[in-house]
Amino acid sequence: MRRRVMHRFANPARFLRIAKPLTPWLLWLGIALTLGACLWGVFFTPTERLMGDTVKIIFVHVPAAWLGMGGWTGIAIASIVQLVWRHPLAGVSARAIAVPGATFAAICLITGSIWGRPTWGTWWVWDGRLTSMLVLFFLYLGYIALSNASSEKGDTSRVAAVFGIIGAVNIPIINRSVIWWESQHQKASITLGGSSIDQAYLVPLFVSVAGFSLLFGALVLMRMRTALAEMRIEARMRRMADY
Amino acid sequence: MKPKHQRLLLAVIAVFALLGAGLIAAAALREEASYFYTPTTLASANVAPGKAIRLGGMVQKGSIVRAADGVSITFTVQDKDKTQKVAYRGITPDLFVEGSGVVADGRLGPDGIFVADSLLAKHDENYVPKELADIDMNSAEHTKDTLSK
Repeated sequence: MRRRVMHRFANPARFLRIAKPLTPWLLWLGIALTLGACLWGVFFTPTERLMGDTVKIIFVHVPAAWLGMGGWTGIAIASIVQLVWRHPLAGVSARAIAVPGATFAAICLITGSIWGRPTWGTWWVWDGRLTSMLVLFFLYLGYIALSNASSEKGDTSRVAAVFGIIGAVNIPIINRSVIWWESQHQKASITLGGSSIDQAYLVPLFVSVAGFSLLFGALVLMRMRTALAEMRIEARMRRMADY
Repeated sequence: MKPKHQRLLLAVIAVFALLGAGLIAAAALREEASYFYTPTTLASANVAPGKAIRLGGMVQKGSIVRAADGVSITFTVQDKDKTQKVAYRGITPDLFVEGSGVVADGRLGPDGIFVADSLLAKHDENYVPKELADIDMNSAEHTKDTLSK
């Protein structure tokens, strides 16, 4: 029974039947929520007591940071599934996550830098949080290069999968960096214990996180479908070459 | 044992070993990876006067004194237990206010006063609309507890 559940989505054809209609839903809902949250955040939230209007970059910065970290968590889980269960879609999904993940990590770094200049007085400092986030971005670049260099069109090499698991060490380090070490970056505002962000910012922030997450999902599904299509083309070409 | 279970066991061991290595490395970096000294860690660190270091903490309330020339200031940085006097000459960041965080680049003078070359503002994790914060701009003291009231 468990075997059947495990392998229900292992079949690429079955996955495509679900992914195809799901993609436009995620995409358009994601675009609508993201745009709505950003307009709400920029035009209809109050100025902050110390930061003024600069606070409004939070509606891009925080979702980008979470998705950048969430993306690598996804790569690590997919890599384990690939190595242990040899699930045919695991490697495909890990590779599909890498580019959007790297993009969101970069957006996080750029918006953070823009935010840091007026509030802290500097574009960049080498504290624990900023440095570990930059390391995450470089890990993404390494993963993309490694998985592109070492494998066929669609599937992911074991070397890349091992790299995906090793790189996951950085995720708890990013999360704990502001607690373990004195840092320029402030401590987490949103924890399991609650939030120290006023409702006026918190609600549009969560809408923005939801919107960016749906967009991320849509991008991953699109990239997975592209990879599967390329694998099919390659398989067909090979068959034709055999005749 | 089936090959699949072998691989699973190997993956679990690898993940735990990695996490362990990461945690041990982070613990070893506890002192070195901190971006600045607080008054407490500075007092126990025995830093030689004149050595370039960073100092961070809260700007003590009522401690900012502006000199007659308009650009020289002195203030006190505090953490839970200790305080450190700081002298600075230059433009202060907008968010440099009493009761808020500050990170100063500089060195300890022979008289025990920290001479700062540059100041960065460090804000806390609270985000409060201006109209809700019934505080004047010279005091940024706010905590999760005061917010939830």
